[in-house]
Parts: sequence; structure tokens; C-alpha cells
Amino acid sequence: MELVNIKIEGHPYQVEKGLTILQAARKCGYEIPSLCSFKDGKCSLGSCRVCLVEVKGARGLVASCVYPVNEGMEIIISSPKATAARRTSVELLLSNHSRNCQQCRKNGNCELLHVAKITGARDDVYQGAQTPATFDDLTPSIIRDTSKCILCGRCVVRCEEAHGTGILGFENRGFKTIVGPAYNRSFAESPCILCGQCVNVCPTGALMEKGEIDLVDAAFKAGKHVVVQTAPAVRAALGEEFGLPIGTTVTGKMVAALHRLGFAKVYDTNFGADLTIMEEAAELVNRIKNKGVLPMITSCSPGWVNYAEYFYGDLLDHLSSCKSPHEMMGAIIKSYYAKHNNLDPKDIFVVSIMPCTAKKYEKNRPENAVDGIADVDAVLTTRELATLIKRSGIQFNKLPDEEFDQDLLGEYTGAGVIFGTTGGVMEAAVRTAYHMITNKEADELLKFEPVRGLEGIKEASLDIDGLKVNIAVCHGMKNAKVLLDEIRSGKSKYQFIEIMGCPGGCVNGGGQPYVKPCFLPNEEDNILDTYISKRAAVLYSEDEKQVIRRSHLNTQIQDLYKNYLGEPNGHLAHKLLHTSYHARVRFPKK
Amino acid sequence: MSSIQAVAKQDILAIVDSYKDENTPLMMILSEVQNKYGYIPLEVQEIISEATGIPVATIYGVVTFYSFFSLKPKGKYVIGVCLGTACYVKGAQQVCDKFSEMLKIKPGETTEDGLFTIDALRCIGACGIAPAVSINGKVYPKMTVDKVPQIIAEYRNAEGGKA
Repeated sequence: MELVNIKIEGHPYQVEKGLTILQAARKCGYEIPSLCSFKDGKCSLGSCRVCLVEVKGARGLVASCVYPVNEGMEIIISSPKATAARRTSVELLLSNHSRNCQQCRKNGNCELLHVAKITGARDDVYQGAQTPATFDDLTPSIIRDTSKCILCGRCVVRCEEAHGTGILGFENRGFKTIVGPAYNRSFAESPCILCGQCVNVCPTGALMEKGEIDLVDAAFKAGKHVVVQTAPAVRAALGEEFGLPIGTTVTGKMVAALHRLGFAKVYDTNFGADLTIMEEAAELVNRIKNKGVLPMITSCSPGWVNYAEYFYGDLLDHLSSCKSPHEMMGAIIKSYYAKHNNLDPKDIFVVSIMPCTAKKYEKNRPENAVDGIADVDAVLTTRELATLIKRSGIQFNKLPDEEFDQDLLGEYTGAGVIFGTTGGVMEAAVRTAYHMITNKEADELLKFEPVRGLEGIKEASLDIDGLKVNIAVCHGMKNAKVLLDEIRSGKSKYQFIEIMGCPGGCVNGGGQPYVKPCFLPNEEDNILDTYISKRAAVLYSEDEKQVIRRSHLNTQIQDLYKNYLGEPNGHLAHKLLHTSYHARVRFPKK
Repeated sequence: MSSIQAVAKQDILAIVDSYKDENTPLMMILSEVQNKYGYIPLEVQEIISEATGIPVATIYGVVTFYSFFSLKPKGKYVIGVCLGTACYVKGAQQVCDKFSEMLKIKPGETTEDGLFTIDALRCIGACGIAPAVSINGKVYPKMTVDKVPQIIAEYRNAEGGKA
């Protein structure tokens, strides 16, 4: 590693050659406010002009997010000229901003407000015309409000980088420039998979999830029997909303909070995950034995399912027909649980707490309903749950640890927990598929390393009593594309593939707490590189702590089949737990 | 897809293919399509996107950034009114307004019969003959408001008085 000598504020430092001034300054303990730069300067388009600094000998001020350090460079952050310039940059951004901060749900997590505070920028310095704005709330998942957009381009880069679909782009020119899907269409009229990765990186309130707290309030008000379930990835990140370090397990406190919020039952979607594994493993074994369509691909991630419907409509037969875990859970709550508790399914309201924005869309799909009754009625993101808790006055960090309700649908295994991270569904599925084929257990599958970690595409080969099964795992549609094109061209060597929409899987879902270094002064410097694995580690450690770690050994799952469903993939199981897909037009004619 | 559209698709794919060795082929592809068809609609952007892997949003961004590209078909006669500095101070805006008034369209729009489009242009480099108007490449020097009706009539007559 080649080092260069630089000076910041007159102090000498040695830093790695090739870093930008912003990166070098951070390494030396300085924070220069910036909006367009996100991770490693990768998202940095040098567009926001907030990170201006003085460099001795340079003509004018330079944008530190894109300007590389070189030998002998002298950088001044604090000069009156530089501080005034940064303030002006922010004031100009504010002049074309809707500035209704009081009504904005992003308030508290808004980086524009943060830099305004740091630079001393005022919102009323420049008055004048504003760019005509677009407000899009047509999808159940994501809201786009361009009156709050500062044209930093983070979302554009994120969408393209994570998925290669590049739904978002800059359009028009000059003062009329906005960021949006082609033709400034709604997300609902373009092939957006609703994953919410753009929401996670947006510095302002221009991109946000569509809130559903109102639906939950209305259900309580109407006297419904409100049952809540939480996805595995939520417990791995919810603590961040309450100032706890990234990677803190808050399962017990989360359950305690949900009990206090008045839910009739607090269940773990992990039960649904175990059920998914039973159905999915049975489907896989069936396809392998009866020469069905292979490779079979997991269908838990609604972002991925959306992608498949838009871009690989010819490969939909490869998707497992299994509903996703929370939908299965909802369907069972409104049938088995309802029957058991003498409740009319119409009086039950199922709330799913999910790390996901696409789940909001998924719950509205007509396929995810039984006899016209939706499996799930409301989906709140991890962030919305935090809002709900804060609103209620509950002091989250002071809560005791409590257990999920244990009756009927309360037991879950370690296999269900790891669903929340890339490779987890695969690991859980092979544990059970192995058993279904051999009637034996394989302990090496309890820590199945080849499918763990954050590599884009992971693969492994299993020998199940002489039956060779090739598997692959990927996350982010850019990686999925590689495997899907192989299938399309008939060259895929796999029998089973796990695909998750978001990079890293659900732990990094579009509904998870914002990871914004400027709001996390106590986290390590490279938190943007490590937060996904830290959250995943929570799930793996919870798996290890479970006594039962294989879905088929969940006794309540066994009872459910024995007393109600019959066989996995049987008639009733199909009616309640399976779904269908259809190819969709990317840009429907208007 | 009708056969005419299928032919157009093949044609566009051939254009894309001819630039496959370029590092950044998008501008060249779009220029050729624009020249050949006169506009670049969404369907065509989708074809280019599929063939190049460049997202539709990016292509749309480029098409809307440069005024040379058009999303809608242009008229048979494209009236380019130069609004560069020299032409402007010599009254080009009034000339432009007169065309708008007579054809009942704004700059950037096309008449319903598909005959005329008005384009408001930046400097076309003909300052010596300002204000300049260019119709399908034919330049009309030292334009005045009074000449506008006559010019429109000239083109309408060329259409056999039908339009």
C-alpha cells in the first residue's frame, strides 16, 4: 500500500494513495458533511457540492468526495471561505426543497436537515421558483416525492448496482431535472420490484415506504382480533432504532413491546418459515423424483418474485409455488388458529412486521388469499414498528425479555431463524430435504458454510445417499441474472437455487433501520461494509441457541400436519399455502 | 406485433449491433434511430435496453437531456427557429410566436395533421443572416413576422393544398 503525506488543518498525516479527500479525512478523524457520497465514494456523483474544502494551490474549492489526495496536499476544512461555501450549497438545495419538515416522516433521519444544522444553513435565504414536483403513491410499497429530492443520485446508483434493472434515472435537463422511473411514471407502471433499496439510501424523504400504521390503528378501533408476527430479520436490527449497537439481538424486548402494544397474539414468522420449509422441501423432493421442472427456485422474497415476473416470465415454472413464510403464517392463523379458537377469520386481522417494502405489495396479491380473505392485512416495516413503539411511550431499552406466545403456532426451530439472511433458506431447506429423502439427519448441515457469507453467488454440491444435488444461492438481481440466463440457455447445472431480492438478504431489506454513518457516531468507521454481516450474525447465533434446528422436528408443525393439513403438498396444504405467478408487462401502455 | 413493427425491430437491432464494439454506444445508437425514424418512443427504448443492457431509465434520461432527440414523431416539415442571441435581438421571438399563432402549436409540438413541428433552437451559427429560420435544412435568412404566412402557404401548396 502506497502512502502519501498530506496535511489537514495544518496537521501532518500519512494516508493511502488513491483515497478521496473525504475518505482520507474520515480516516484521520475529520467529518466533512456530504450528501451524495454514500459508500466508499461509490454512490458519489460529486453532485451535491456540500463537501467543499480548500486545497492549497487548487483553483477554487474542490468537492472532497471525488477529489483524490496526492503527495504534499494541504487540505483546509474550517476556513471561512470553505464553511461559507458549504453553507451556501446546502441553502441552495433547501431553496428547491419542499421544507415541510414538520409533516415529513423522515424527520429525525434526514441527512439534509443534519447537514443544514452542521453548516448553519437556513432554509429561507434563497426564495424563488421550484422545480415542478411529482408525488407517486400508487404502489402499496414506496412513495416518491420529488419535492424533497436533492438529485444526489444515490438511489439511481443503488438501483443499478443492486439489481442491474436501473429503474431510476435522471430525466430532463437543468432546472426541470428530476429522478424517477422512465417517463416519470409511477413505480406501479414500470418494472420496479419494490425492494426499497433506494429508500434505504435516500438522504431525505424523497423515497419512503408507504406507511400502514393507520391500518393497524383502524383494526384495533374496529375491535378486531389483531395477531402480529415478526420476520426473523427484524430482531437483528430493531435495536438500532433505539441507539443499540448494530448486531444487538432484541428478540425478547421486541416481543415485550408487542405484548404491550395490545396485540392478541405475538407470533414468530419463523413458524411460517418452518412450514415453508416443509412444503418447499417436499416440492423439491417431488420435482427431483418425478422429473419436474428444475432447478427449483425459492419464492420467499417478494422483490425477487416481482423481478421474475417482469424479466423472466418464461421461467416462472421454476419458482416454488410456496407462499412466503408470513403469508403461510397468515393463512394458518385465519384457518387452523381461527378454528381452534372459535374465531371467524373475518374478525382476525394479521399484522406482519417485516424488514421489507415489497411485502406490502405481496400481501395485496389476490393469489395470497384463501376464499377471498387475504392472508395478511397489514405489513409494517422494522422502521414503522419502531415508530409505533416510540409513539406508545414504551421505553424499549428498559423492557424485560419476553417469549413469543407459545400456543399452537409458537414453536420454531433454528432453521426458521436463518431465513432472514442470504443462504439461510437454502441451509434450512437442505436440512429437511436430507431427512425427507433419507429419513436420517446430517449434522454437517447444521453449519453449512458454503452457503453462508456475502459472496454474490455461492454454490455447493450435496451427496444425499448417492443422489447428487447441486445448489446455488444468490442475492441482488444482478447476481440472479447470471443464474437465470444459464437456466434460459439450458446450461444450468443446479437442482435448487435460493434467490433473495436484497443484497445480503432480508437483514438488509428495504424496510430495515437506516444505516447512515452521520447518525451513528459510536459505530466503527467501516460500518457500511459490516452491518449486513453483523445483523446476519445475530440470526446465526440464534439458530445455534435453539435446541431444535430442523423444521421437520418442530412438534407444533408436526401437529399441524397430523391434525389439520394432512401431508406436505397435500390438498389442503395446496389450497392454503401455495400461490401462482404470472408474467407482467414492464411498461404497460397508458 | 405486426410485420411492420417486426421489421422496425430488426432494423433497430441491426443499428444496435453495428455499434457493439463501441465502449459507450448509446449516443450513436440514439442519433441513428432519431435520424432514421424521426423519434425514439418507449417501445424503441425498450428494444435498445434489452439489446444493450442499458436501463430504460438511463436511455430515457439521455433522450430527454438532449433537445436533438424526440420522444414523439416530428412533423413532415420541421421549422427550426433560431433563438440564439443574435437572432433573438433581431426579433426571432416574434417570428417564433407568429409560427405558433398560425399553426396553433407551441415550440416542441407538432400540428395535428402531422405536417409541421416548431423547434426553438439555440444558435445555429448563422448570425450574419439573423434572424434565421431553417425548414428541413432549407435556410430562410433575415426572417420577419410578415414572411411567416407566405412560408407556411408555400409548404401547404406543396402538399397540393390538401393541408
